[in-house]
Amino acid sequence: MEILQEGKGELLGWHDPDEARNWVLKNKSRELKDKTMSAEEAVSRFISDGDFIASGGFGHIRVSMAIVYEIIKQKKHNLAMAGKTAVHDLDILVGAGCVSRVEVAYSFGHELRGLSPASRRMVENGQCKVVAETSNAGYQWRFLAGMMGIPFIPSRNLLGTDTCNYSSCKVVKDPFSGKPINLIPAAYPDVAFIHVHRCDIYGNAQIDAILVEDFELARCARRLIITTEEMVDNEIIRKEPWKTAIPFLVVDAVVKAPFGSHPCEMPGMYYYDEEHIAEWLNLSKTQEGVDEYLNKFVFSVDSFDNYLELCGGTKKLNYLKRRELLREPMVVPWRK
Amino acid sequence: MLKEGRYNTREFLAFTGASLLEDKKTVFVGTGFPIVASMLAQKTHAPKLVIVFEAGGLGPLLPELPVSVGESRTFYKAVAASSMHDVMSLSQAGYIDFGFLGAAQMDMFGNINTTVIGDHDLPRSRLPGSGGANDVASFAQKLIIIIAKQSKRTFVDKLDFLTTPGFLGGPNAREKGGLPKGTGPYRVITQLGTYGFDERTKRLKLISLHPGVSIDEVTDNSQFEILLPVKIATSPEPTDEDLRILRQEIDPAGIVLGK
Repeated sequence: MEILQEGKGELLGWHDPDEARNWVLKNKSRELKDKTMSAEEAVSRFISDGDFIASGGFGHIRVSMAIVYEIIKQKKHNLAMAGKTAVHDLDILVGAGCVSRVEVAYSFGHELRGLSPASRRMVENGQCKVVAETSNAGYQWRFLAGMMGIPFIPSRNLLGTDTCNYSSCKVVKDPFSGKPINLIPAAYPDVAFIHVHRCDIYGNAQIDAILVEDFELARCARRLIITTEEMVDNEIIRKEPWKTAIPFLVVDAVVKAPFGSHPCEMPGMYYYDEEHIAEWLNLSKTQEGVDEYLNKFVFSVDSFDNYLELCGGTKKLNYLKRRELLREPMVVPWRK
Repeated sequence: MLKEGRYNTREFLAFTGASLLEDKKTVFVGTGFPIVASMLAQKTHAPKLVIVFEAGGLGPLLPELPVSVGESRTFYKAVAASSMHDVMSLSQAGYIDFGFLGAAQMDMFGNINTTVIGDHDLPRSRLPGSGGANDVASFAQKLIIIIAKQSKRTFVDKLDFLTTPGFLGGPNAREKGGLPKGTGPYRVITQLGTYGFDERTKRLKLISLHPGVSIDEVTDNSQFEILLPVKIATSPEPTDEDLRILRQEIDPAGIVLGK
């Protein structure tokens, strides 16, 4: 096939398809076994310095903050991260100095809340490198190729743009139509962490919401940590197996983490804690503020329950539940 | 300058965006203005407009303004809550009529930058990047772009970074590059006017001036030459009912529309 154009972005997390299969054959157990463990154990066992990580959900929605805080607590560093619309998670991990390389689809912003002071500062002063650009569908389809065990997915986006020039894609002449087509390389993140509504001890997980990219991400990541609002019996999973978004085969750790997406949203359960997000956005305007935030909410707390207590405890959590169900009006404390 | 009084500039922009959308069509929306405009269209002349969100929300009945294009509001009473792969594939296959995006910087061919100001590797200002914008602009049949502040800084000769495709280098460039045939920018809305693109040259061309805006203001607030039509219309104004819906039902907190 004739290569018409090659992106100069770093090819993050790509493996030869046979190498990828061999890794799965050697490392992924087929046994229904209890994978429950603490966030501390999951992070120390499965995330190493220098790894390429990906966080599930989307923006501030269904994010495994329990794992994000634990990564910071364990001072993991030199991580590369998928900026697959990674917003609060990425901002705080870059701000904390854990993530120093990003492949960007959408990062460094908090959507309507404005741009991210912490991670933008790190990029603008060179402490965090953007190693490649892509788009949301671009990232999505990297995961799709990965989960299919094929080297790339052809697509008709990115063509003709600088986003393509700075991506890890290659444009070729399609042997069928004769038109230029973009080849999006597979991605196999070293570790992904995904927050779900319910899961059994083996890792069979259900998500009561849009899946965003998690169907594909769960299946292409080499190691997968599931955090869950609720632990359920395997019988519950088997009763309605069509609801299983993620099967145990691809899961390495199951962590029980009620409210584990806070301050991000958990669809149907609790809304964003806008007050908390506003505090982060305000403090993270300076590096001192970032340190203050991390000391207060990460390093000084000894458990996730302890953290939730610090964020307002039961009263706040009940409010966030009502807000999610549209029983409380919108608040926008981050608005200037 | 747009004559403010009964409405502010942001409300006028949202109304103008809404007026471009058609009933019984699909619109793929980005964060902010595009959502507000689509909600207004749905509550006025386009009740069967299908709003599509990149994270998987398809055809919701939005109960309030979503802060994010992936939150639960984006699939509230929706016909489907699926995935990005599903929505993006539908888009690539031709199911999206309108794409609707905000932008930081645009050139005369409707190409957009939302990635960096300055050098890519050590930028003066790092912006969020494409997000779903490149995909929407590649796949949607007609792309609407909203730039709230038209100026020499936002209407530029050369983009610092071409994040999202308009007509790229001009006529036939999209098709030559491999983008789906017949797609491309359709309208651009700013605080000064509503624009389309010249059929032959694919360059930005004024359609209508907002009330109180002069042609000089339009041409002064652009680095590139804006094509002018023989007859310049005045953009329609929102009714009191449009404004009531915007203020009371869609954005009472004034996040997008200001207060």
